[in-house]
Amino acid sequence: METTFAIGKAYFFTCAALAVLGALATVTAKNPIRGAMGLLLMILCIAGLLLALHAQFLAAIQLIVYAGAIVVLFLFVIMLLGPSATAPSDQRGRIPRSIGAGLYGAAGLGAMWVLAKTAPPPPPNNLIASAPNDFGSVDAFGRVLFTHGLIPFELSSALLMVAIVGAVAVARGNQKKKEATKAKEEAALAKEAQETKTEASEEAHAEAE
Amino acid sequence: MIPVDYYVVLSATLFIIGGIGFLTRRNVLVTLMSIEIMLNAVNLALVAFNRTQTANHTGQMFAFFIIAAEAAEVAVGLAIVLSLFRVRRTVRSDEADLLKN
Repeated sequence: METTFAIGKAYFFTCAALAVLGALATVTAKNPIRGAMGLLLMILCIAGLLLALHAQFLAAIQLIVYAGAIVVLFLFVIMLLGPSATAPSDQRGRIPRSIGAGLYGAAGLGAMWVLAKTAPPPPPNNLIASAPNDFGSVDAFGRVLFTHGLIPFELSSALLMVAIVGAVAVARGNQKKKEATKAKEEAALAKEAQETKTEASEEAHAEAE
Repeated sequence: MIPVDYYVVLSATLFIIGGIGFLTRRNVLVTLMSIEIMLNAVNLALVAFNRTQTANHTGQMFAFFIIAAEAAEVAVGLAIVLSLFRVRRTVRSDEADLLKN
């Protein structure tokens, strides 16, 4: 019992330290690719912690959706933007931003400290050692999801559909306008070419005379 | 087992880190990643609290819907980043002033 507790503690602290490290790497990264890698590390560690919390289904979802889809989407966009994704560092307004962030961090830590001081003592078994065997499994979670959570589940499918359509519409931009400007540019180019041609022929005529 | 307090402290720490990143960075991509960090921290806290109440799955269900909403948010957010880049040739949030004046 004692050794399992020690192993669990070691596991938790390893995952927690790596998750904080990944988050810090994401926030401080100059290069967004490194940031995405830090995000991936944090996501993997949180999936590990979810496993330790008896949430197997959510751990799997975390890996599939975050590591498999969201981080890959970030990497795609970073590659699409190319070198311009790494915006040149600019010191302008750095101090006010740092002060704001520092105040925010201090407020968060202060709130944590106050809560820790004033919270009532936790019940002795504030993390129950034993959960029902199927707690958090696909079976049990799915049963709850399709009974109590059916309506939000169906609504979330509508949300995802709207998001797909919206993403396509926003990312494509205004195609008609683009085509119009393209046609205008081509017309201007053709006109220019014609003018140079006529000029050249006039010069040739003058030389011949 | 680890007491739930540890998870809550970890979650709050991650949330604060994400918030600081959101406030200080001006690269839109890093800003979106900071939002990811904050939402992940919230998910962790929800699942940890659910672990103390094994009679129901409410916390896990909340986390599930947060993941769904976040996937939608990232897809639309990155599309906006792309179209901002097309208009302004930049990924910096302070140069996105198309609505100015």
